[in-house]
Amino acid sequence: MMAELGRQGGEGADVIVKVDGISKSFGQIKAVDNVSFEIKQGEVFGFLGPNGAGKSTTINILTTMMRPTSGKATVCGFDVLSHATDVRRNVGVVPQEYTADEDMTGYQNILLCADLYGLPRSDSKPHAEELLKLVEIQDAANRKVKTFSGGMRRRLELACGLVNYPKLLFLDEPTLGLDVQTRAAVWKYIRTLKEQFKMTLFLTTHYLEEADSLCDRIAIIDHGRIIKVGSPEQLKASVGGDIIVVGVREAEPDISSEIMKLPLVKEVKKKGAEYRIKAEMGEEASPEIMDLVRSKGLHVTKISLTKPTLDEAYLELTGRNLREEEGNRMQNLSQRITMNRARS
Amino acid sequence: MTEKIRSSTLDEPKPLAPNQASAPTWPASAQKANTGPLHGLWALTQRDLRKWYGNPIQLFISLIQPVIWLGVFGKALNFGSFIAQSGAPASVTNGIMLSTFGTTSYFSYLACGQLAFVVLFTSAFSGMSVVFDRRFGFMNKALSTPVGRGTIVMAKVFQSVARSTIQAAMVLIIAVALGMDIGSFTVLGVAAAFGVVFLMATGLSALYVMLALRSSDWQTQMALINLLNLPLLFASNAILPVKLMPTWLQYVVKVNPVSYSTDAIRQLLIGAVGTNSIAVDVGVVLGFAVILSTAGIVLSWRLLSK
Repeated sequence: MMAELGRQGGEGADVIVKVDGISKSFGQIKAVDNVSFEIKQGEVFGFLGPNGAGKSTTINILTTMMRPTSGKATVCGFDVLSHATDVRRNVGVVPQEYTADEDMTGYQNILLCADLYGLPRSDSKPHAEELLKLVEIQDAANRKVKTFSGGMRRRLELACGLVNYPKLLFLDEPTLGLDVQTRAAVWKYIRTLKEQFKMTLFLTTHYLEEADSLCDRIAIIDHGRIIKVGSPEQLKASVGGDIIVVGVREAEPDISSEIMKLPLVKEVKKKGAEYRIKAEMGEEASPEIMDLVRSKGLHVTKISLTKPTLDEAYLELTGRNLREEEGNRMQNLSQRITMNRARS
Repeated sequence: MTEKIRSSTLDEPKPLAPNQASAPTWPASAQKANTGPLHGLWALTQRDLRKWYGNPIQLFISLIQPVIWLGVFGKALNFGSFIAQSGAPASVTNGIMLSTFGTTSYFSYLACGQLAFVVLFTSAFSGMSVVFDRRFGFMNKALSTPVGRGTIVMAKVFQSVARSTIQAAMVLIIAVALGMDIGSFTVLGVAAAFGVVFLMATGLSALYVMLALRSSDWQTQMALINLLNLPLLFASNAILPVKLMPTWLQYVVKVNPVSYSTDAIRQLLIGAVGTNSIAVDVGVVLGFAVILSTAGIVLSWRLLSK
């Protein structure tokens, strides 16, 4: 419990990551520009943004691999600059690249990681087997990593990131370049970690559906700045709400103004015998609309509810312009290597 | 599809202590970890060594060059018989050889220099292994763990020292097989000579690791090896005696640590007449090793994180 004593600050016990105005410049490029956010214990927090938005740089700062140019960040209660080793001890990292040693077996790789965390072999041996089972590569445990497929490598990386029993796991683009099956498996493991091991997860992705289905909260980041933070639902709602289309048998009377008075409804348009209604929380709004229509003695012939996708929210917030890959040379290189190996 | 995965997760049994709701429910805890200042050193060193002894072909190829130097160059360049061809009596020939090389056999002279050669070229590739670890991501993995930054550098140096020393031993065995004079070999002398090899390998490996700390580019590293190794080898007494060199070059030889290690090795192994006393030679090589390894560790604190 030495680690506990070194902790600083008494801010809410449920805040596991506190980032306060960090910036990182590479020469002229501001990769991260005055970013602040908090991650709560037990949540899956996602960084969503296009390539070169500053996602990996933020992860690298929080995992003490890079020093911020300015600002302060606390991870698991430890300052990333002054208590870097304590941060490293407490968090798990699954970097974007494939980091396993190709000449060693999967099992040996996990043991090597455990050694780097200073875990005794008596503990790390059973733990390695447990982790191999968790990511379902126990059958290939004694094969050299160079014979692994991209998906197996990614799962091994995940196992290596879990070797020190982390409270907080960082995943940098965990599904970059993977096939659909492996991606689904990685998603499953992430949910297991959250639900079964009560782990806090911080992941970066540029896949919208990944952020949508995994994250409790998402920060949309672009050009090194956080544009918006919220739950996927909140972000979608920020686009303007759900679309409810109600068809009625009777074209008259027009009850648009009555529908408009309902608390969740934001906009009503009538076209013939069809009402196009924009509302917040469509699931709750639509029964209310049904009740209202019926109370007016009208008959509902059809009803549909369309939810806005995160894509729309994302494109609205980050713009529709195509991106040239920015980032630095090293990041571009490592991303290319990652993509190539994922496809092997 | 997403829904299907979600439900299958929930159906899975929960084998690990589900009653601890707040903390991660791992059976053991990270508190067990012993993260002393040198933890992970052996694990990292072993990882690199495994790559080496796991690949005997590489080991074999690395011995070819010294064998060619010894077998072809060393045997062909028989200075003793050059002098003898002029009709000089054996005593004169030996006298000239002794005053020039410090020993009567050029082959034995060269064999000692080849120990320096093999150390030089094996150590040079310690930097390469840093570059490849960076390129293939392993460096990032290591940097994300609590292992000391200095430990990462030390492991790179140690693995290279182990390789250099073992390869030097193999070169010595080959040299003896090819006719190196073993009349002056003593257990202590051979052990001390390998002490010098060890120190030299430490200094050179630290130098190359240091130069590679920030690099992710193996071409640059190759160019650096060529840029440094040839002057270090030829501007030293490893192949030819200092006496035969122009004065300006003799000054370069004087500041080249390879000269001191070779000088010491010659005195310790074949009882050659040295340029300096063994104490001075060992002192210089020791200083070289200590200064460069310290510099490597200090630089690692700054250079390994961005």
